[in-house]
Amino acid sequence: MNLSIISTATAAEGAQETHLGVGAEAQAHHEGGFPPFQTENFAPQIVWLVVIFGVLYILMSRLALPRVGGILESRSEKIASDLEASRNMQSKAQAAALANNETIRLRREEAQTIGREAQQSTAAETLSQRSRAETEASEKIRAAEGRIADAKMRALANVEQIAIEAAGSIVEKLTGSKVDHDRLSAEFRNVKSS
Amino acid sequence: MTPEETVSAPNPIEQFELHRIFPLEISGIETSFTNASLYMLLAALGVVGLMVAATSRKSIVPGRMQALAEMLYEFVANMVRQTAGKEGMKFFPFVFSLFSFILIANLIGLVPYSYSVTSQIVVTFAFAALVITLVVAYGVYRNGFGFLRLFVPHGVPLPVLVVLVPIEIISFLSRPVSLSVRLFANILAGHITLAVFGGFVMMLLASGGWSLLAPVPLLAIVALYALELLVACLQAFVFSVLTCVYLNDAIHPGH
Repeated sequence: MNLSIISTATAAEGAQETHLGVGAEAQAHHEGGFPPFQTENFAPQIVWLVVIFGVLYILMSRLALPRVGGILESRSEKIASDLEASRNMQSKAQAAALANNETIRLRREEAQTIGREAQQSTAAETLSQRSRAETEASEKIRAAEGRIADAKMRALANVEQIAIEAAGSIVEKLTGSKVDHDRLSAEFRNVKSS
Repeated sequence: MTPEETVSAPNPIEQFELHRIFPLEISGIETSFTNASLYMLLAALGVVGLMVAATSRKSIVPGRMQALAEMLYEFVANMVRQTAGKEGMKFFPFVFSLFSFILIANLIGLVPYSYSVTSQIVVTFAFAALVITLVVAYGVYRNGFGFLRLFVPHGVPLPVLVVLVPIEIISFLSRPVSLSVRLFANILAGHITLAVFGGFVMMLLASGGWSLLAPVPLLAIVALYALELLVACLQAFVFSVLTCVYLNDAIHPGH
């Protein structure tokens, strides 16, 4: 396909030359025919190609490619080390968070214990104070009751005395004879107990 | 059409002519510095500028040119690794030089009024001969006579081998030809086509009433130019991939 293009191109060129009758200078250019196939052009191109490509190859293999390869390697190393460092940091952060949570848990338990103890001691104190107050109060009540009973006894005794004396004086008035006090109180006790 | 009207019509072959800038001859061999040498030098300087100058700062975060150089490096490195295997990486500098030189030369050749180094069969054939010589030399150096297994496909019955071995030999011998002609013909044909269409524009402009049609071939040139950019990159790639494939044959001849 490509060769047909070349041949049509050369044909066109030939046609043009005959058609126009180009000058001697142009004809000198086309002496060997199609330029890429002119054998006298081969040597200078090959020589320069060998020199230039040789130098290029040496520059690439000795200088450029090791350098670019080094850049790529150092970059991937940097990325890997950065990633490693960030992973380390992350695990450290996680460990710190765990430790922190543990501390928080411990402190919370401690706080709860303290609170419970305080509550218990308060409750115990309250209870003891209350029982002390209650005993005191009941002692006072008992003492007061004793006093009341005493007073009552005394009052009752007085009433007895008065009743005996009243009974004695009533009997004296009625009978005109004095009744013995001892006999009167014994009678009183008999009446009272029956 | 009178001859006077077509005087300005360009010659599509003119762009391939060799001009001797400094005529020179060393011990009977002509070593003139020509326009071809100039553009080879420009292509090589382009590669060196990209790969050496742009990477001189060795920054971890690359600039544009360094990123381009790294991209090219990794592209070729992956190509060599995938095609020729780990062992093929010893040829990486060679394949890289080849690919980058051909690529830049092709791209420079697409600049108007420049010269396309790869449009010369002698240049592409020199590259192809270099590749095949390297393949044969390394194949024999590494495998000795075992390199001949390249021509004997594995696990094929004997009667078939009688037919297959000559075909394999012919296909091997035709490699330098196909390798060089493929690159040469693609670049040559593209440049001729562009020049021919350019000539159409000129001729239409010079032909009076028909000059209204001149934008049509101009638009065709734009489309063709895009295609030629693709061809320039693709042919550099094809040349290097085939080089890797052939080097892989040299490394592992028994396929």
